[in-house]
Amino acid sequence: MTATDTHRLRSAEAIDAARAENRAALIGYLPVGYPDLAGSIDAARVLIDHGADMIELGLPYSDPVMDGPIIQKAASASLAGGTRTRHVIEAVEALSGRGAAILVMSYWNPILAYGPDAFARDLAAAGGAGVITPDLIPDEGADWIAASEEHGVDRVFLVAPSSPRDRLAHVVSHTRGFVYAASTMGVTGTRASVSAATEGLVERTRAAGAQNVCVGLGVSNGDQAAQVGAYADGVIVGSAFVRALLENEGDGTASRTALAAVADDLRSGVERARR
Amino acid sequence: MSTSDPRPAIPDLTRPDGELRSEAGPYFGDFGGRFLPEALVPALDELRETYEKAVLDPEFIEELQRLAREYTGRPSLLSEAPRFSQLAGGARILLKREDLNHTGSHKINNVLGQALLTKRMGKTRLIAETGAGQHGVATATAAALFGLDCTIYMGEEDTERQALNVARMRLLGAEVVAVTQGSRTLKDAINEAFRDWVANVESTHYLLGTVAGPHPFPVMVRDFHRIIGEEAREQTLEVAGRLPDAVVACVGGGSNAMGIFHAFLDDTDPLVRLVGCEAGGDGIATGRHSATIGGGTAGVLHGARSFVMQDEDGQTIPSHSISAGLDYPSVGPEHAWLADIGRAEYRAIDDGPAMEAFALLSMTEGIMPAIESAHALAGALELGRELGEDAVILVSLSGRGDKDVDTASRWFGLVGDGPASGDLAALRAQARATSDSTDPKETR
Repeated sequence: MTATDTHRLRSAEAIDAARAENRAALIGYLPVGYPDLAGSIDAARVLIDHGADMIELGLPYSDPVMDGPIIQKAASASLAGGTRTRHVIEAVEALSGRGAAILVMSYWNPILAYGPDAFARDLAAAGGAGVITPDLIPDEGADWIAASEEHGVDRVFLVAPSSPRDRLAHVVSHTRGFVYAASTMGVTGTRASVSAATEGLVERTRAAGAQNVCVGLGVSNGDQAAQVGAYADGVIVGSAFVRALLENEGDGTASRTALAAVADDLRSGVERARR
Repeated sequence: MSTSDPRPAIPDLTRPDGELRSEAGPYFGDFGGRFLPEALVPALDELRETYEKAVLDPEFIEELQRLAREYTGRPSLLSEAPRFSQLAGGARILLKREDLNHTGSHKINNVLGQALLTKRMGKTRLIAETGAGQHGVATATAAALFGLDCTIYMGEEDTERQALNVARMRLLGAEVVAVTQGSRTLKDAINEAFRDWVANVESTHYLLGTVAGPHPFPVMVRDFHRIIGEEAREQTLEVAGRLPDAVVACVGGGSNAMGIFHAFLDDTDPLVRLVGCEAGGDGIATGRHSATIGGGTAGVLHGARSFVMQDEDGQTIPSHSISAGLDYPSVGPEHAWLADIGRAEYRAIDDGPAMEAFALLSMTEGIMPAIESAHALAGALELGRELGEDAVILVSLSGRGDKDVDTASRWFGLVGDGPASGDLAALRAQARATSDSTDPKETR
């Protein structure tokens, strides 16, 4: 444990705090560097001020196979604007200590290029809670598991509706913080409804030993957050926030207003979910 | 070999003997693996299990053999190239004629194998990426043959430079989706195919067209192409009386190269050199190239650890080549490993020498190669001049050039308003000189 550990909020703590209020945690995703570095930090502050318990900072990547058109568009604009991996660490530092746990969501190759140990070290030093790795399965993650253990960084692996029992057990046993349950077989994006089968996936993941299971992919409004928040430990929302930014591109005030409205709606959803 | 003597065991997909030939993944040294979302793990497991069972099932092997013989037209010929050989320092060039396969390239070997597996898995839809369109055409063909739905993802830039193949795929009944993301080339088509696959995996098989991607694709695709090298090794022994000094193939993802290299992997004493020709594009020094082994670094792309063209942050650098089929910023993990251990060597062939070889083979032998294959031919010209006239060089002629007539016509200034990049008249003079000055090697 390093000295910074005592100051940084871990994902399980954020989930526990929400649980103490009898609700699911609200987790908001934003890509670092869109519309620019300062703008993305500003946007994340809006989410925290409007009820997000955790922030997922996306590290933009050139080949995002798990992302749909909305996040692809923002991520490629971010890269075109010159976003570097170190900017993500800077964003973590700027956002930690404000009451929300700060995670990074990154495809594996940028972390591999940075050095898994260096990335975990620098993330922890910046006050980050952990990393979500959508294209790294635990089977390939020996370096990452060692690095995240060494530096006390949460390790969030994913499960999907297709995951059989043995895979669930495997993923759960290597995860720390929470398990990310993909609500659908598909990529990120807003969807008209969240599959009713998602509750079953959350139950199966808990049966495999998970303490905390958060649901992502396709959740975009308060009603869906209320539906998912009734059974999940956290509700993860990305594309709805990014869309609010894309639709108000070039207008910082309008962007903040739109983000706040989406966040308020989602927060009210998780608050009424279990009542 | 004679067609009246069909060899019973080809393709034999069981593990061969030999230290290097028996490598079966998921790792090749530090390379390979499965770097993909958890959601796809069950599909990869199902594919691996289906494949491993199929290769031990005589019914599957017989069906694959029947298709190879009666549909693809195997075994493919081994052709002497006597006049072209004169341009290669007199080294004897032997061409493995995968261009003569049905659909015009080696791609059909893998496609038929995976289409049969698709039926075994009870899936009804094929998706595939394509660069030059050769793999897309082969996949659309197999979909038609087996009554499967088919969607082909192709970078928008490639749909423009390979318009003929887009039309072929549509005429075969496939849907062609032009991918407008990223660099709008092969890597982006692969991204889009993975996105489709994760959303439709219950009904859909992703028929990956090269020896890249997550396990089991690199091993499985290689095994379906092993027939190229197994035939060519026997044919070379028959016509030359010995093994070749070198085997040359173009390398994008590297499927035709792995297919022809594999049979020779353990031929190390005397050494059969294995030479992969990557696309040098405008030249490695310009950064506009696709020479992943020559100019890339170790990293992960599209599900495997291999060499990748990437910046210091691990962001993929767009590749470039005049050949859409080689325009890919990674390479199969087995190639990365063969380069790493020094068993195979890789050299970069720039656009210019590749186009010269394209024209020279056309004008000396009446065989118009795909521009992809022309990179191997340019490599053979280099190698022949290095090795001299006693050398025997086996070249994988992986595809035919019909699809490239438009690109070549522009390059040589036959159509279009732009200045010509290549001097066709000078190449024609070179070609004429061979026939006029030297006795064709008919005694061989």
